[in-house]
Amino acid sequence: MTSAPDRVEGDRDPLVVLSHVQKHFGELHVLKDVDLVVGRGEVLVVIGPSGSGKSTLCRTINRLEGIDEGRITIDGEDLPAEGKALARLRADVGMVFQSFNLFAHMTVLQNVTLGPTRVRGASRADAERRAMELLERVGVGPQARKYPAQLSGGQQQRVAIARALAMDPKIMLFDEPTSALDPEMINEVLDVMTDLASSGMTMVVVTHEMGFARRAADRVVFMADGEIVEQADPETFFTAPSSRRAQDFLSKLLTH
Amino acid sequence: MDAVLDNLGLFADGLAGTLTLFAWSAVGSTVLGTLLAVMRVAPSSAVRAFATTYVLGVRNTPLTVVFAFVVFGGPILGLAVGGDVELQYRVFAVIALTLYTSCFVCEALRGGIATVPVGQAEAARSLGLTFGQSLRHVVLPQAGRTVVPPLGSVLIAMAKNTSIAAAFGNRELISAMRTGIENRGDAVVAVLVATAIAYLLVTLGLSLVFSLVERKVAIAR
Repeated sequence: MTSAPDRVEGDRDPLVVLSHVQKHFGELHVLKDVDLVVGRGEVLVVIGPSGSGKSTLCRTINRLEGIDEGRITIDGEDLPAEGKALARLRADVGMVFQSFNLFAHMTVLQNVTLGPTRVRGASRADAERRAMELLERVGVGPQARKYPAQLSGGQQQRVAIARALAMDPKIMLFDEPTSALDPEMINEVLDVMTDLASSGMTMVVVTHEMGFARRAADRVVFMADGEIVEQADPETFFTAPSSRRAQDFLSKLLTH
Repeated sequence: MDAVLDNLGLFADGLAGTLTLFAWSAVGSTVLGTLLAVMRVAPSSAVRAFATTYVLGVRNTPLTVVFAFVVFGGPILGLAVGGDVELQYRVFAVIALTLYTSCFVCEALRGGIATVPVGQAEAARSLGLTFGQSLRHVVLPQAGRTVVPPLGSVLIAMAKNTSIAAAFGNRELISAMRTGIENRGDAVVAVLVATAIAYLLVTLGLSLVFSLVERKVAIAR
């Protein structure tokens, strides 16, 4: 295939390994023989045009999308098919969605404590103490008793990040976390993500925010038409992309 | 008017029978209907197919036929309480009403589940909640609100459907009406009006209960 050889920065050991992953939506071949390794502590940013399969790639890692062929392992363990084993594995994989998906019938605090109490068996008091720490950390502590609908989009997304972090995940997946936000709220979410990246969290971030990719990524993966076309460190990728497809994509972005 | 007043005991007895049938069947069809709704959104395609087939089959069978299946098929399957014939017929009626109404409860709940954005369940599963936990803590509480009005309609329809039980050996309002007409053939209209009013008491009472519930879940938001 055309994808560049797998590379893991420095001496990182692999946390997530995708090998020969194939995925179809009916006639549409959305993931074409994708190989990808995410190292522990690595921040991987996935970019590419709409419909390139980058969101699908992100969603296969915690099996919100099943795959047709290939293999995905997390921390050496194969992704279970369904049921309790899959639920246990998902608890270790944080996910942040484009549309936030906060539980509408629960307060901010309840959103953040649901997982720890129901899945990890934490006591309410412990879960609430930890939730408040995380909410303070992402800057929405004063909103803890409110319902999601009373918060701005940027605040909701920061709560969603706190909710995922409350599970102490091994890796955080971000599926276009700022695409549904008003421009003035994008930065408050990106700032939280940048802090998280510098704290050593393993992250896979699907985004159109090139500034974030340059600033926070260890590696940029460029996808088009269901394939990984190119991967490189951000400096190399943004200044000297090797593939025509990536050059094309970047030229369209930079002219605006 | 005196035709009704003379038979007041008869109607009270009938009303008690109708309410008993309703209460047991309401509990039964809510439980079975919820189970069916959960099965219809389950991850296993075999479970989904079973529930879908059941709902499709039973919902599209006339209730009288469902009653006939239970009343005539029940004893063959060993569904016999034994001894008390009246109790036996009441149990059969509750089973038939439950089997039938649970399909409509299932569909009302499924309609409610469909109004909850799919992202809510995805977020719940991403946290590591199991299918059951996602439904219980995230999806069903949000579905509940939209489900109250259609569920009310289903149970009101069932209250009236208990009248079929009269044809299968039950003492309730319709059997009371028949006895009333036999006793006072000269006052048929009065007896019919009294029967209709008795049903109205049941159904309007239910409407009241459901509008209270609706207001309660609306405040809980």
